[in-house]
Amino acid sequence: MTRTPRQTGDTGRGIGRRGLLLAGIQLGVVTTLALKLRSMQVEHAEEYRMLADGNSIKIRLLVPARGLIHDRNGIVIAGNEQNYRVTLTREEAGGDVEPVLRRLARLIPISDARMAELLDEFSRRSAITPIVLADRLTWEQFSSIAVNAPALAGVTPESGLSRVYPRGGDMAHVLGYVGPVSDYDLSKIENPDPVLMLPEFQLGKVGFEARMEEHLRGKAGQRRVEVNSAGREMRQLSRQEGEQGATVQMTLDARLQNYAAQRMGSESAAAVVIDCQTGDIVTICSSPSFDPNKFVRGISSPDYKALMNHDHRPLADKTVQGVYPPGSTFKMVTLLAGLDSGVINAGSRFYCPGYTEVGGRRFHCWRRGGHGSVDAVTSLSHSCDVYYYELAQKVGIDRIAAMARRLGLGQRHDLPMSAVAEGIAPDRAWKQARHGQAWQVGDSLNASIGQGYVLASPLQLAVMTARIASGREVRPRLVRAIDGVAHPVADFPALDVDPAFLRVARAGMDAVMNSESGTAKRSRIIREEWRMAGKTGTSQVRNITAAERARGVVSNEQLPWNRRDHALFVCYAPYEAPRYAVSVVVEHGGGGSTAAAPIARDILLFALNGGLPPLDAVPGDQRDAMEERHNAMHLFTPDAPRLSRA
Amino acid sequence: MSYLDYKVAQTPTGIRKILYLNWPLVFLIAAVASIGFLMLVSVAGGRVDTWAEPQMYRFAAGMVIMVGLAFVPMWFWRGISVPAYVCCFLLLVAVELVGTIGMGAQRWIDIGPIRLQPSELMKISLVLLLAAYYDWLAPHRVSKPLWVLIPVLLILAPTALVLIQPDLGTSIMLVAGGGILMFAAGVSLWYFAVVIAAAVGLVATVLESRGTDWQLLKDYQFRRIDTFLDPTADPLGAGYNIIQSQIALGSGGWSGRGFMQGTQSRLNFLPEKHTDFIFTVLAEEFGFVGAMSLLGLYTLIIGFCLYSALSNRDRFAALITVGISGTFFLYFSINMATVMGMLPAKGSPLPLVSYGGTSLMILMLGFGLVQAAHVHRPR
Repeated sequence: MTRTPRQTGDTGRGIGRRGLLLAGIQLGVVTTLALKLRSMQVEHAEEYRMLADGNSIKIRLLVPARGLIHDRNGIVIAGNEQNYRVTLTREEAGGDVEPVLRRLARLIPISDARMAELLDEFSRRSAITPIVLADRLTWEQFSSIAVNAPALAGVTPESGLSRVYPRGGDMAHVLGYVGPVSDYDLSKIENPDPVLMLPEFQLGKVGFEARMEEHLRGKAGQRRVEVNSAGREMRQLSRQEGEQGATVQMTLDARLQNYAAQRMGSESAAAVVIDCQTGDIVTICSSPSFDPNKFVRGISSPDYKALMNHDHRPLADKTVQGVYPPGSTFKMVTLLAGLDSGVINAGSRFYCPGYTEVGGRRFHCWRRGGHGSVDAVTSLSHSCDVYYYELAQKVGIDRIAAMARRLGLGQRHDLPMSAVAEGIAPDRAWKQARHGQAWQVGDSLNASIGQGYVLASPLQLAVMTARIASGREVRPRLVRAIDGVAHPVADFPALDVDPAFLRVARAGMDAVMNSESGTAKRSRIIREEWRMAGKTGTSQVRNITAAERARGVVSNEQLPWNRRDHALFVCYAPYEAPRYAVSVVVEHGGGGSTAAAPIARDILLFALNGGLPPLDAVPGDQRDAMEERHNAMHLFTPDAPRLSRA
Repeated sequence: MSYLDYKVAQTPTGIRKILYLNWPLVFLIAAVASIGFLMLVSVAGGRVDTWAEPQMYRFAAGMVIMVGLAFVPMWFWRGISVPAYVCCFLLLVAVELVGTIGMGAQRWIDIGPIRLQPSELMKISLVLLLAAYYDWLAPHRVSKPLWVLIPVLLILAPTALVLIQPDLGTSIMLVAGGGILMFAAGVSLWYFAVVIAAAVGLVATVLESRGTDWQLLKDYQFRRIDTFLDPTADPLGAGYNIIQSQIALGSGGWSGRGFMQGTQSRLNFLPEKHTDFIFTVLAEEFGFVGAMSLLGLYTLIIGFCLYSALSNRDRFAALITVGISGTFFLYFSINMATVMGMLPAKGSPLPLVSYGGTSLMILMLGFGLVQAAHVHRPR
């Protein structure tokens, strides 16, 4: 076998001496590395072992600042405030916390009961867990503790953020409140964010705060800290601030909400104001209210009991959670069902002798003497019950229920609030499913005037009114913008009802306010550009017994409060170009025209005027009373900068 | 004369070349890689599929490449040394023009699905070219200034391109790798003395330039130097990794804390513990014994390479072996010196152990050349 030099490259000249020299140098480097290793791992191993044991690195979460909630004009309605508090760690206090607590008690008040509670807690918890001694200290208390820190081993003054609701009870029901995370909360959340485990974290508990939790929470920051073997923090290595939750702008108007709350006063009532064009809920107010700040801070047991035992149920949200028989405010639904099905037209008349007899049973009109011959418009303006009894028998309940649903009753509107009620728009199938009974003609008669099985929330009544007024399928909304990104206003499709029929219903509602014999003419607006249309409703909360009937009609004033009728009123204005629709329910208020209509009118006026209702917009004889009311109110005048004007 | 001796006296051909591989080297490489897999399992908290498994696949592919290259005769490598260098150089230029911005430096070029790092390829092709050059050059000319200037320029041209990417670490590797080859080729030691003196002068100038408008290094590079000189000066910032690395390494002691028991490694104090700081994890968990074992294996790899080179009468093949093993040596010694706090933090992988595909592939390609040189040595 022959080999060419080209194939093997055998030039007979290796690298010899230099290769050995290189090997020596490399061996030298390797030896240096080995010696360094030996020095670190063998000779100085103990020192490094101590350092390693002494400093483990832990990641501690930082609670993010919760997103702010603004009203439609940029007024803060849920914000954050500095919260000064002190914590104590037993390990750092040298094991015995009592002397430290006694010394601390000279700086801040700690009751004996609280002292015992704390000592008990310290004995149960691990020595390295910081325990909150006192919360919401004043700056003076906080700084006096900070100054005396050297004498208070283990005591750490801390400052953090806590939720605050500057508008107090005005919006308590819609906003809800936040609170510390409970075990129950954790059990409901799958895969909870670790930030929920922090003792100072505040979780949205109910209402808007709870439903918008994911937007408002923000992202937790991180601190890398060096801790000793006992887990105590030695020093901070790095700090990465969290991200504040999104700023959410609601459709609410804080000033109008405030006015509505004060206008309802101590009544057990609810008011909803909705923009007829955009569906914006401008006000949604339940009365009486409570201070959500008390819940954030941990409400005392007597305060809580007082709220629970109050017969006006301050904790319940009557606007979306409360459902009421809508009474005569339901008559527009029955009328539209009649017109829509072609059973009647606007000119059709029924004769009202004061009652209708069906199956041997008398159904009375509210006016014993009867209304005589009644057409569509006068049936509304006089609120004649017999007209609707007759109509209901011709139309049938299923078509009435279908119309109710078209107008937004008997369906759950998707608002970020707690326990939004569905209400009931009953029909044959519903009664069969719910009660296992067949529908009776009498049920139709009751339903036709919004009694019996029909139930609606004030929110649903406001939506119904807005839909009748605008002729569009208005859907309510509460969120206007998130982090400055406006939620587009939906272009609502036209309602599936002939506009001519809607005009009849509107004319009837106009006659309620503005005709000589209208049931609510006292509560009319006398400014033509704000001409108002409305409908009263009075719904029974009890069955009238035969004995009572024999004794004659008992007036509401003679009954105990909780057996009086509910007063309802729905309205909108201006008549020609609807802007706002309002619904008001006064629980056990008596008559819709006397208890609910004036409140609804005043709230509507405030909304239209963008401020206190002008006295010249109401009939002359009511101006003094109105002025007196205004003077008695403590109205909210925002000095906060307006971010935007609707 | 036995049959085997007779056969060995000739250059093997065909598939039988596989019998003439430098088998000890193959086993050593596999042993080091296995240590790497073990450590990758450890830093993944016991999970195999996070890092260890993909790394195993890459290593298997690398082994195939290495054995495949071992079959290629030396005349081919000599023949492609110049074109390979030119190609790599052009790729470096291309990277400068169209390279993807990654990690703050232009280092990659995307060709379809393949992400090329020409500076890594250049390490190999520079060794090839210089080996071919000194094989061709008559021995009496090796230290003549003109004939020294040529390889210096061949080294500095790609180095300059890498430096403006900017990738200081790879530039140093290129210069040092080329230097080792020139040293092995027998260039007069005076030149090296002059270059070292000049380098010291340059470092002084660079440090002097800080803060002036002709500042020669990026701020982060200056900070690395500061960190190296005094890691405790900024314990929360740049010096943090080095301090924690030293603590972890030192606390391993004689026999370590045990597999997956390293307290420092468990905590997230090292951002690159599966790549640049993997030696720390080994040293903490297996102690001095474990760390020395790896160092020993590395030394044996270098030893077998040098033995192969010294016993090879083909100058080109010998120089390639020295150059590749020298680059490998630089890789592991720089990484170890860095994590032990003897060099500024530079961010270099531990060869065959760190997680990562590119450096592994380049290494196996290099070892393929070493094997080819071994298989085709003149007999």
